[in-house]
Amino acid sequence: MNCDEARTLLHGYLDDEIDLVRHLEIEEHLRTCEGCSRAYGEQVALRSALQAEDLYFKAPSRLERRVRAVVRDSARTPWAGAVAAAAAAVVLGMLIAPMLFRPSSSERIADDIASAHIRSLMPGHLTDVPSSEQHTVKPWFAGKLDFSPAVVDLSGEGFPLVGGRLDYAAGRPVAALVYRRQAHLINLFVWPSSSTSEVAATADVRQGYNLLHWARGQTNYWVISDLNAAELGQFARLVQDRLASAPAK
Amino acid sequence: MDRSLPVWPDVKVLVDDPSRQARFEQVVLPHLNAAYNLARWLTRNEHDAEDVVQEATLRALRFFGGFHGHDGRTWLLAIVRNTCYDWLRRNRPAELHSAGDHVETPEDTVLKRADRLRLREALDALPLAWREVLILRELEQLSYKEIADVVGIKIGTVMSRLARARAQLQQRVLHRNEESAR
Repeated sequence: MNCDEARTLLHGYLDDEIDLVRHLEIEEHLRTCEGCSRAYGEQVALRSALQAEDLYFKAPSRLERRVRAVVRDSARTPWAGAVAAAAAAVVLGMLIAPMLFRPSSSERIADDIASAHIRSLMPGHLTDVPSSEQHTVKPWFAGKLDFSPAVVDLSGEGFPLVGGRLDYAAGRPVAALVYRRQAHLINLFVWPSSSTSEVAATADVRQGYNLLHWARGQTNYWVISDLNAAELGQFARLVQDRLASAPAK
Repeated sequence: MDRSLPVWPDVKVLVDDPSRQARFEQVVLPHLNAAYNLARWLTRNEHDAEDVVQEATLRALRFFGGFHGHDGRTWLLAIVRNTCYDWLRRNRPAELHSAGDHVETPEDTVLKRADRLRLREALDALPLAWREVLILRELEQLSYKEIADVVGIKIGTVMSRLARARAQLQQRVLHRNEESAR
């Protein structure tokens, strides 16, 4: 690898967006080339400066009011396409409504999860066992549930454990594990699945909260938070990775 | 019947969701900060940014029937970004073609207040095409794939744009450091 290539690739390296082969190549190059190594160090410094500065512009509250007004107004003046589609909907609706109006089970579970999350945020409802220690939280569930939920420690990744609680969703008692990302609380709901089939992570939104759901190893997982979708995805990946590398039993 | 099947998409939105408004708000409102932040960095003015987000909301409503994705943020950011570009084309066309020369705007003089703002200023002064990839990457923490989707470029181009953007940003910060040291 020459320095010209390295000067571009080190950005993919910095962002963790290059494949393993190139990752190793650039590491090797940085070890041996003083100039590129310095350039990389400068980029690391620049990034931490960018993140230390308060550069994010939060939307003013009046903007949310404006946006809501736009949405309301649009309902009052439906556009032609929607009218035509609505007419079609009446006809087609008769055929498919029985199937559509009954929410699918995952829709119902998503509603349950959102309700449980909101309830947990009310004063005094967050945890039954407040502890940042996985070895305190996991045994607490013994005798309270018919399964033992795996509890992973992600404090090193910036998602400290807050505690655990018994909750009820999908028509059964479930384990709720509470994590935190800065000021954002994350509820991770866990319960066994009767199906062995795996479900890849699926995102959803309920009442402004981001949800992610997946199933693996005969276990259902649901996470919900007001955290942004990207960081919630990161959280879910960390949980998945940690469970895959150390299946807790 | 699998409800995610792309059957009669428009019908699905209306029949499946009696409250299309509510669903739209659920998809869009959580990302209002992201939308505003991008618009604010691209227009470099808070009032213009609000107007752009309002206009983008209208467009998003119009396209909402076609939204089947899971990632509302990327979807919304792409619309906000396009709205910004259209807005700039109408109001400040010179910026779209600027090769890096900073067009002075009235706030620039106000901004030059404290050292703390040096990085902010340097970012503001970057050409549009580089500013947007940096904002999406460093402030919104989007992946290269997501940036490619929002900006409408190939994934391979994302890394080279970021490389140039960061190099220039660094140069501008250092340059100002030297100036202020004198």
